[in-house]
Amino acid sequence: MTEPTVYQLSSPGRHGPTLPALDVPLAPLPDAQFLRAADALPLPELSELDVVRHFVRLSQKNMSIDTTFYPLGSCTMKYNPKINEKVAGLSGFTNLHPLQDADMTQGAMQVLLELQVYLAEISGFAAITLQPAAGAQGELTGVLIMRAYHLDRGDVKRTKILVPDSAHGTNPATTTMAGLQVVELPSDSRGNVDLVALKTALDDTVAGLMLTNPNTLGLFEEHVLDVTRLVHEAGGLVYGDGANLNAIIGIAKPAELGIDVMHFNLHKTFSTPHGGGGPGAGPVGVVEKLAPFLPGPLVTVEMDEEMAGLLAAGHEHALHEHDHYRLAWYTPSKSIGRVRSYWGQFGVLVRAYTYIRMHGAEGLRRIAENAVLNANYIKARLLAEGSYPVAFAGRTCMHEFVAQGILAGAPDIHTMDIAKRLMDYGYHPPTVYFPLIVKEALMIEPTETESKATLDAFADALIQIAQEAREQPALLKEAPHAAETKRLDEVRAARELILCRC
Amino acid sequence: MPFIANTDAERADMLAAIGVSQIGDLFHDVPEGYRYPTLDLPEALSELEALRELGALAAENENLDEVSSFLGAGAYRHFIPSVVDFLAGRSEFYTAYTPYQPEVSQGTLQAIFEYQSMIAALTGMEAANASHYDGATATAEAVIMALNAVKGKRSRVVLSPTLHPMFREVVRTYTQGMGLDIVGDHEKDADFHALLALCDANTACVVVQNPDFLGTIHSPSELQDLADAVHARGALLAVAVDPISLGLLTPPGQYGADIVMGEGQALGIPLSFGGPYLGFFAMRESNLRKSAGRIAGETVDADGQRGYVLTLSTREQHIKRSRATSNICSNQALMALRAAIYLAVMGKKGLRSVAEQCYHKAQYAATRISMIPGYQIVNRGPFFKEFVVRCPLPVDETKDHLLVQWGILPGYDLTTEYPDLGQCLLVCVTEMTTREEIDALAEALAEVADLAAEETE
Amino acid sequence: MSYQYDPNARYAKTHDWVRMEEGLAVCGISDYAQHALSDVVYIELPEIGAELIQGEVYTTVESVKAAEEVYAPVSGKVVDVNPDLADTPEQLNSEPYAAWIIKVAPSNPEELDALMLADAYEAFVQAEEAGGH
Repeated sequence: MTEPTVYQLSSPGRHGPTLPALDVPLAPLPDAQFLRAADALPLPELSELDVVRHFVRLSQKNMSIDTTFYPLGSCTMKYNPKINEKVAGLSGFTNLHPLQDADMTQGAMQVLLELQVYLAEISGFAAITLQPAAGAQGELTGVLIMRAYHLDRGDVKRTKILVPDSAHGTNPATTTMAGLQVVELPSDSRGNVDLVALKTALDDTVAGLMLTNPNTLGLFEEHVLDVTRLVHEAGGLVYGDGANLNAIIGIAKPAELGIDVMHFNLHKTFSTPHGGGGPGAGPVGVVEKLAPFLPGPLVTVEMDEEMAGLLAAGHEHALHEHDHYRLAWYTPSKSIGRVRSYWGQFGVLVRAYTYIRMHGAEGLRRIAENAVLNANYIKARLLAEGSYPVAFAGRTCMHEFVAQGILAGAPDIHTMDIAKRLMDYGYHPPTVYFPLIVKEALMIEPTETESKATLDAFADALIQIAQEAREQPALLKEAPHAAETKRLDEVRAARELILCRC
Repeated sequence: MPFIANTDAERADMLAAIGVSQIGDLFHDVPEGYRYPTLDLPEALSELEALRELGALAAENENLDEVSSFLGAGAYRHFIPSVVDFLAGRSEFYTAYTPYQPEVSQGTLQAIFEYQSMIAALTGMEAANASHYDGATATAEAVIMALNAVKGKRSRVVLSPTLHPMFREVVRTYTQGMGLDIVGDHEKDADFHALLALCDANTACVVVQNPDFLGTIHSPSELQDLADAVHARGALLAVAVDPISLGLLTPPGQYGADIVMGEGQALGIPLSFGGPYLGFFAMRESNLRKSAGRIAGETVDADGQRGYVLTLSTREQHIKRSRATSNICSNQALMALRAAIYLAVMGKKGLRSVAEQCYHKAQYAATRISMIPGYQIVNRGPFFKEFVVRCPLPVDETKDHLLVQWGILPGYDLTTEYPDLGQCLLVCVTEMTTREEIDALAEALAEVADLAAEETE
Repeated sequence: MSYQYDPNARYAKTHDWVRMEEGLAVCGISDYAQHALSDVVYIELPEIGAELIQGEVYTTVESVKAAEEVYAPVSGKVVDVNPDLADTPEQLNSEPYAAWIIKVAPSNPEELDALMLADAYEAFVQAEEAGGH
């Protein structure tokens, strides 16, 4: 059933909530040219119930984590704990204006400070900015920091960024935005960065390398220490794309592996809701020498001696137990500048903070272990059955793996057909046609929160679909049959652009 | 392990199916000496403990329920109808992701399409995208779009000094590697004529704000003249707006703007200490393909039924990679949903009445304050919901006195960003502000003026 | 897979064709190229008067899933663009050799001699397909 739009539902004269009567005298309005005619505001006219029914019905047209297994590779669609919604909605947070004096917002700043400290501890970095609004903005922040670092040293030749061919599209796009040039690196036969190509590419014009580890093939970089060492020896910096941190949280610290700067995706690893496409949050961690370049303001501690002593002794968690300090804003000396208004996606940061507090060190490590276990389990089930090729099947995958929609005995079936058919089985499809270097890619990331029963049912569905592909290919070609709509015409949408309707 | 479903027995079965004996074996690719580092983090909390801790942290703040606030400066306290929280709180919306698979994401897609429609309608533009991170980043993306949309390679960008200071700073951060010449905003009193004088044949765009950061509403005829002159030089005009003001004021689409963007937080999104907010972005159709960000479009399915998809995706990083003009992927979809619900439920009549109340209450407040000896309203033209007050005492002293003695946050201190104005405070009044609060503010400011007079005696 | 070839055209390795007509070099993309792109939804038309250099990008053609660069098969000045493609870019799919994109006044007509004839191009395409691209 198609749902009418808010404009189709509109009925002249209807209205929603009303405001209290105006309690001040009417003032003269500016000249007519300043004003929009009262009837020239083209918004819909609806009752509150109209609006409620409309958006409730729309919500029911979505697949979501709360309704469906959602193994969208590279997106870490894990369960979003409900406590996070509750705490982010506390009026002590939601009714806080970002420009209130710091003395009025110490509780909120405490959340930010501790989150900075915890992310630094988890990753091994010296300093963290919470400001970036999403992973891509974190990348831009990181690459601008790399650029600023080289320029600050007077090393103006370094204008190239090395990007593996398996990288997310954001990596090359970010590089271009930062005014630097992309040099693509091939992958080797085991899915790692090709060390020979890396050595050839490295010279004194390279600002750095962008490394996703585990990479988008779901593989841990086998020569990660060699890769980071080679880049450093050539005077470059290593950017870590933290999109896949869920695989190694608590298992390894990226900074210890030689990463100099990395963004976190709080909406992936730290379970803040994806919101239908956002908001996310993309804090960035850096090693000591890059800390002066972070965007500001950051939260810092003005403390007494006892507190300073505890911190110096490495008791970061003491910050949580003492109140011998005041929190303040500060901007690092060589900051690249702010990357957004105010302090960051605060509501998202509160959720991530709560998530970390509920896990502790041990709990965080269990996340990675179970995410990797779940991915390897689906992979093992598919390999045992044999219909689906898996890229780099011989290697242990991390939190995700890339299967291929290339089925023996079903030459006309493509990954998209399998994806659409999965909808009929009640599943959100995996990521399709990414990474680009794998033909007919079907990238599966189950996450740690799914049970074995769910994983088995999903593997059974994929296997069943492979059989349907051989026996009744039309069933796949015409899929979905049971979704909200039949297959949608994307070509028509792009040719006859209809982007709004009033 | 608060949110992990599998039991030890299930894990054992899974390990057997994989063919390894323990989970640790799955991490053999991680260099041995680096595995399982120590994490010095506080002990895990139960849900009840976490609620207590977070409740305490929230209570440590003095939020706007506890004081009387006239603080705006780009983030505003407006009425949020209950349905906005209720509907945006449906987890079918907030636990979905980007609608890459349209057949199972029609809810999100249609909501985005309706959001785009209402933003285009509100701004008077032909198209809108699905959102940017906030007003500042939407402005940076507007500048980058203009650089790509103008003919030939141009490198000058003219910013108005009354464009939000954070928007200006973010434009500079975003474009620092592009070799641009960003001018205009260092001359704090640059008017449209001064900005136009800076707009040369190498200029890609002029960016202004209306109502501007200091609250002043600029006349549509002057803005139209500016647009015509900017266009004659082959550049684009980008206008940052307060969307609430468009319930009352002439939309920028009617005075020649090529891009209309801004902070959408006022549309049903809580202040939440600065985020998540909403960058809205509207444009003329001719520039669509040079724009960044996701866009939903209408189409039909195999049965000819109407449906929605993400379209024009060839502009985006996942296809264009190093040739893309922006790297944005995640946006603020849930915030756009809130704005869509807000605009739908407030509707034609409701938004008008919000805008009118902001206007009338702000005029009342300004009149009250202007009658207090020692205070002066600085705005030369009409203003919408914010205005600038020159104070007899330094602004920080004034603020401290009002907060401590009266529980009033009187506004935003302009002395750092606009030192030429003198001791000035930016006062914001919305439909949330009551007459009693305004009267109390006037009384409190009068008390400060008396203190100032005593000091000088 | 078999593709159409225009025997009167010459071809670049970038899958662009060029045909001399009344002293002008008429340029488009090959049947193989349009197949690889699938349904074309948009082409950005270059400006008349633009100076092209052989082998350099002069425009981009887009399908739903890809945005591919189009390379100039000859050097010279653009004297005409095909206005029909603005509204019906799908002509590039249906009639790749009739749906020309630009006409160029070649500055060095000898450049054409280095391009492939239809037979050689067909062999080139077959080799490329066998190579798995």
